Amino acid sequence: MPDNSKSLMIQTTDLTKRFGRFTAVDKLNLSIEKGEIFGFLGANGAGKTTAIRMLCGLLKPTSGTAVVADCDITHQSEQLKTRIGYMSQRFALYEDLTVKENVLFYSGIYQVETSRALSVAEELLSEMGIDLGSKALTSSLPLGFKQRLALTCSLLHDPRLLFLDEPTSGVDPQARRAFWNVINRLAEKGKTVIVTTHFMDEAEYCHRVVIMQEGKAIALGEPAVLKNEHSVPNMQQLFLKLVS
Amino acid sequence: MQDIIQVRDIMHQYGDKTALEKISLQVSQGEIHGLIGPDSAGKTTLMRILCGLLNIQSGTVSVFDLDVSKKFKEIRSRLGYMPQRFSLYQDLSVEENLLFFARLFSVTVQERNQRLPELYAFSRLEQFKSRRAGALSGGMKQKLALSCALVHRPELLILDEPTYGVDPVSRQEFWQMLKSIQKGGTSILVSTPYMDEAELCDRVTLIYNGKVLASDTPTKIKANWNKVVFRVTSPEMKELEPELVKIIEIESCQRFGNELHLVLQADEAASIINQLETRFDEYMPMLEQIQPGMEDIYLSYMQAVQHKEPSHAG
Repeated sequence: MPDNSKSLMIQTTDLTKRFGRFTAVDKLNLSIEKGEIFGFLGANGAGKTTAIRMLCGLLKPTSGTAVVADCDITHQSEQLKTRIGYMSQRFALYEDLTVKENVLFYSGIYQVETSRALSVAEELLSEMGIDLGSKALTSSLPLGFKQRLALTCSLLHDPRLLFLDEPTSGVDPQARRAFWNVINRLAEKGKTVIVTTHFMDEAEYCHRVVIMQEGKAIALGEPAVLKNEHSVPNMQQLFLKLVS
Repeated sequence: MQDIIQVRDIMHQYGDKTALEKISLQVSQGEIHGLIGPDSAGKTTLMRILCGLLNIQSGTVSVFDLDVSKKFKEIRSRLGYMPQRFSLYQDLSVEENLLFFARLFSVTVQERNQRLPELYAFSRLEQFKSRRAGALSGGMKQKLALSCALVHRPELLILDEPTYGVDPVSRQEFWQMLKSIQKGGTSILVSTPYMDEAELCDRVTLIYNGKVLASDTPTKIKANWNKVVFRVTSPEMKELEPELVKIIEIESCQRFGNELHLVLQADEAASIINQLETRFDEYMPMLEQIQPGMEDIYLSYMQAVQHKEPSHAG
């Protein structure tokens, strides 16, 4: 890990969250660099969602600290929220609005000037083959298009850091690949991307991953290095070996 | 083998949107049959029709040799259905949910007292029996929903994406449970968006945009597909991939984790591979023929369907 702390997008120190007697996240230490695609893996209930909610400033840690996009997550959570984008697996879009209306709605939420939001959206959507002027309601779009529209809405305010929570659940295998091409381009442009997924072949596309179990990081590193260390051919085998 | 489900030429429309386009398939007695496809392929619509929850618009459907449009009540008492969304009462405990479903299906008290310990042993949920269903983890919720669908000892189980959003370890455990249900004599129709689960089924139906792409045993689907797959790895993957994508003789070049899969016509494969090895020598590619996976085949059939029809406009 290079010691140039200015290029770090996320740094956590013993980040911990307890709910009553239950420890959801247990002394998590992570350093994630600008431009990284970083994957959070783990069984259901391993602490991924709790960790990510803290990193987004939605949940205060019980102990430990984290600095995300130069904001302290405990004391600067409001400022933090203006610097991050978040896309959930449920694609929080309004189904009975058109594509353009969804874009305008989110530009309002993120307080982005209309003309700027539309030009950002136009660029991102045309690249994906979606017409911003279409009269069609969002509900009638194929799932892969909805997914890209949801991604676009989360990028309108030009966040430095993007959180994707199971972004490809349910979309067809071709759309899943096209989506990862977009993610790669975003990372090349300097965005940091944090992604959770249950598709282990997608874990291979991440620059680095953390595997969580019972709130702890049980493995952290580049997929190729981790596979090598544990002598397994792919991430699926690695996951089964470490988590079973 | 006898068919427990027979679907012939089913069409279904929601308004002007076609969900199912002349679908036909059979599920044999005692098999695990996988319905494989992404969201909006038509899986849920088909399952709801089989359970008598949606009217048949055209075509015929029989379950246990009974006509679904006439005998759905009798059919429903003999099948277990696990819908896609968590179907349980979140504010009831694990045990209360099981008792509720037992009463719903008129299971006698005697029968129920015998059945519950069996289901607990099988799902390993006994230690959580007084926990509220809403407080279970994702994998445990799915096990409870499955147990509730099994409480009346159905002859046929219909499971709508039971492993959706479930981590790989819990998915593996869930499939072990399905195998043991099958051994007890129950037939299973299960839908999934995870292509790797196709290999765990006796037979599968690949479905896309309301159409059946293929329906057979995984082995026969692979045998009948007249193409071959080569795996490509290279230290210079980033440079190599865009080059390969441009070559028209390569039917498709898809990323699979940290490797690329090339799909080629079987009779042209040898010469194309030879050319590639020479042409891209500088990238030191490793090219190796592999057994096609279900995802290779699904993508290939799916692209063939897309070429035949105009793509959806946004």
